[in-house]
Amino acid sequence: SEKLLKLAASVPRESLVAPGTCFGKFTKSQKFRLSVTALDFLAPYAKYKVWVKPGSEQSFLYGNHVLKSGLGRITESTAQYQGVVVYSMADVPLGFGVAAKSTQECRKVDPLAIVVFHQADVGEYVRNEDTLT
Amino acid sequence: AACLPAEPETGKKKLSSHGRRRAAKRRLIKGSGPAGRRPLGGGGGGGGGGGGPEPTGEGERAKAKKIQPKGNHVELSSDGEVEEGSWEMEEDGSSEEMVDDYGASSSEEEELLPIEKAALKQKSDREGLSEDDSEEEEEEEEEEAEEASKQKMGQKEEEGPDLQLNLDIDEQFKLPTSEEIEKEDILFISEPPDLHVIHQRIQGNMEVLQDFVAKREEGRSRQEYLALLRRDMAAYYSYSDFLLTKLMDIFPLPELINFLEANEVPRPVTIRTNTLKTRRRDLAQALINRGVNLDPLGKWSKTGLVIYDSTVPIGATPEYLAGHYMLQGASSLLPVMALAPQENERILDMCCAPGGKTSYIAQLMRNTGMILANDSSAERLRSVVGNLHRLGVTNAVVSNCDGRQFPKVVGGFDRVLLDAPCSGTGVISKDPAVKTNKDESDILRCAHLQKELILSAIDSVNAASETGGYIVYCTCSIMVEENEWVVDYALKKRNVRLVATGLDFGKEGFTRFKDRRFHPSLKSTRRFYPHTHNMDGFFIAKLKKFSNAIPQARKDEEPAAEAAAPSAVPNTVMEPPPKKKKLEGSKADKEQKLPQPALKKKRSLQAQRRPLKA
Repeated sequence: SEKLLKLAASVPRESLVAPGTCFGKFTKSQKFRLSVTALDFLAPYAKYKVWVKPGSEQSFLYGNHVLKSGLGRITESTAQYQGVVVYSMADVPLGFGVAAKSTQECRKVDPLAIVVFHQADVGEYVRNEDTLT
Repeated sequence: AACLPAEPETGKKKLSSHGRRRAAKRRLIKGSGPAGRRPLGGGGGGGGGGGGPEPTGEGERAKAKKIQPKGNHVELSSDGEVEEGSWEMEEDGSSEEMVDDYGASSSEEEELLPIEKAALKQKSDREGLSEDDSEEEEEEEEEEAEEASKQKMGQKEEEGPDLQLNLDIDEQFKLPTSEEIEKEDILFISEPPDLHVIHQRIQGNMEVLQDFVAKREEGRSRQEYLALLRRDMAAYYSYSDFLLTKLMDIFPLPELINFLEANEVPRPVTIRTNTLKTRRRDLAQALINRGVNLDPLGKWSKTGLVIYDSTVPIGATPEYLAGHYMLQGASSLLPVMALAPQENERILDMCCAPGGKTSYIAQLMRNTGMILANDSSAERLRSVVGNLHRLGVTNAVVSNCDGRQFPKVVGGFDRVLLDAPCSGTGVISKDPAVKTNKDESDILRCAHLQKELILSAIDSVNAASETGGYIVYCTCSIMVEENEWVVDYALKKRNVRLVATGLDFGKEGFTRFKDRRFHPSLKSTRRFYPHTHNMDGFFIAKLKKFSNAIPQARKDEEPAAEAAAPSAVPNTVMEPPPKKKKLEGSKADKEQKLPQPALKKKRSLQAQRRPLKA
């Protein structure tokens, strides 16, 4: 928020580490990559959600993609390559990713096919603590 | 199998095996005193054994054997024991077994014999010949015998010289002479000391010291006993002599042992629910489902949970990763509770790493207002950032300044939390290296830094804020130099006063210590110890700033709090603008030292002697 920014402005530049919450970073080619720290803000607005079964929660948290065998539920009419937020069965947001297959295709593929590409998950808080920003 | 005698009176009344045995016992007790003990066990057992498998058939044969109980008592007892063996298998009445085991075992422990004898005598005198067959009586008898034995030990009766053995050992605690101590030192180099011996010596020494007048050895001073105790404790618990001396000044001796023992054991793991994302109930449920054994922390905390054991690593559950809770020591919850941040305030956390307290402040403020989370160490700040993001804290700015720069960088906060870097003597259970690597200069260096920090913290607060004006100073140390002394210094140097922390448990801070005297309001500070509260050692003080002015000149050593009214008037004349407060402050200090040699002389006294204010 703005007030926070004003407070941050008074801190000398070398010393400022993090004003507010970091959403993501700009890459060298001017693209903006969202990081997991943005999850709390994205989750309430997510239109397309994917629920993961308890067994493959851990696997997703380690950074793996979600397989069909781990898929619990998926919102209807998810298009292919649509951004999705991944939840556990208890409605805890675990991260986000990209749907590899649309909902219709998800029903047809075999259990070992990837259905969600992993982009960011909360496991990174432990794995990549240093590079979080 | 040799059946042992059944009751001669079987002809009259067919008693149960149980009854028969008891009758046999009674007779034996009445008949003979001490000698009756052995055959009692045997006879009783035998009677039961005999009674069980072969009710009447062998009765007469058994009778004959029973006629001479005394003579054959050895045989009987051995037979009795044999019988017991078989008979335990046959009968399932636990009380009968108890009686005979009792008898059998007592034969081995000679110490108990006189007591048991006397107890049984007492019992038989009391109850006469009651035909009570109930099992309860059997148990009662055993219990009463034990009780009686305990009473006898307590009363120190002269029944058995064995009884007094334990007491004698303690009374004979001999203080080894200095030659013996030197010999031990030499031995120490060649072989490790016998810890058990040292432990015994510690206990003996403590007993003597607690009742010194009665138990001392003639010609040996209390100092010698204390010196030996210090050496032994240093060896047993692996402390440096310096630290142990300090601890002996703070704690009375029995408490000291508790403290040292508590430091050997880690405190229980505690977590704090992140109320920004979940409720304690829901979190507890979710964790229990994962296989964690937990409990609420106590009445004083609405967000804490203590973990007893768990099948999954607590720092890696999906709930942790989703930011539903934070691993935090129980004592770290206290300073934030004392600070009581309100919504829409500006708060400074001067030494925030790894961010547990900062995030607690944020959750209490419900992500409103602003927090400036500062720490002077850049690597540790990474964990602060990570934690704040994970827990969903949005109102924090993280900075990497030295805390002493503070009012110059940003000032005018409503509340400040200062968790000062300290010697860590309260968290020895987490870091045993503290036992040996701290010495006088470390403690004084920490104290100096803390004094500078607390002055900066006070200067960063805006006393005129409507909701705030509070500073909470806390350390995870139990040393008086770092705690009460620093707070006392702040009271003298700035316009602050101590207020109640709002924590109703915990030990009060010291108002005097050795040769120092502190302001009496230090009673409102709180100390927490590992051995009394089962949390890390901690010290918390809450200060309220009542004027933004900095006291320039000190005529006498009255604390600023008491001189509030008169000092405010002269100070307003010289009141520096807020931004330059810190610079003026240091200038003022120099000023007051030069033109006031009289004051300087007073101040140069090592002890801060001051008459205790009523």
